[in-house]
Amino acid sequence: MKTLEIQRRKVLKGALATSLVALAASWGMLGNRAYASRPQMAFDAEDVDGTLKALFGDDAVQDSGEITVKGPEIAENGAVVPIKVTAKMNDVQSIAIIVPENPAPMVASFDMESGIVPEVSVRIKMGKTSDVIALVKSNGQVYRGAKEVKVTIGGCGG
Amino acid sequence: MTIKSKTKMTSDGNVQVKMLIKHPMETGQRKDRKTGKPIPAHYVEVVTCEWQGKEMIRAHWGPAISKNPYLSFKISGPQAGDTLTLRWSDNKGESGEQQSQVS
Repeated sequence: MKTLEIQRRKVLKGALATSLVALAASWGMLGNRAYASRPQMAFDAEDVDGTLKALFGDDAVQDSGEITVKGPEIAENGAVVPIKVTAKMNDVQSIAIIVPENPAPMVASFDMESGIVPEVSVRIKMGKTSDVIALVKSNGQVYRGAKEVKVTIGGCGG
Repeated sequence: MTIKSKTKMTSDGNVQVKMLIKHPMETGQRKDRKTGKPIPAHYVEVVTCEWQGKEMIRAHWGPAISKNPYLSFKISGPQAGDTLTLRWSDNKGESGEQQSQVS
């Protein structure tokens, strides 16, 4: 009876070890990617605080004059608002764009390799007049730049 | 759904990538005018650019990116003649890929 019990333990141990190795391997493979996975919680958040928390945890966000958000003063069509974000700091890891007045503020985030010049242009949808906020992560710090865009006809509904 | 792209050396020695993806970018909040039924969300979630096997940029998008999304960015390193691989995939599992040569 005793030997059987020992054998059972051995089998269990073996199974545990195998699964640990498999787990480690899968983590290792993920580790090859320099980038975080999709920040789905940030996309699901319905307010700015929730979005910031999902993106950066409790990290403080500092305003920075080194971030430029370019966009139209007045957007006649909120369905297509061209936005360009430029950051002057070095070693930018990511740029996120959020629109606080949209039903879900998170618009996009860009993870970047060090070879990237921190400058991205996209066209976004805006439901109504709002700031367009760029959040730039550089050297472990989060910086913020913003520009208000007035929207004549919103671009989120039907 | 296709990608159109232009990849060019700029005067500052960087490479500028401009791309346009043909995609409806449905938010899931619109309703069909005839039936009144909601149109399911359908949007590009991820866009990446790879150079020499290395991912240079990874864009995570939500439905607030405009229909037929436009994206432009700059990278340093690639030279004229090099090939960049641009990829996208959406929330329904559809995807596309294009090689773009630096000119």
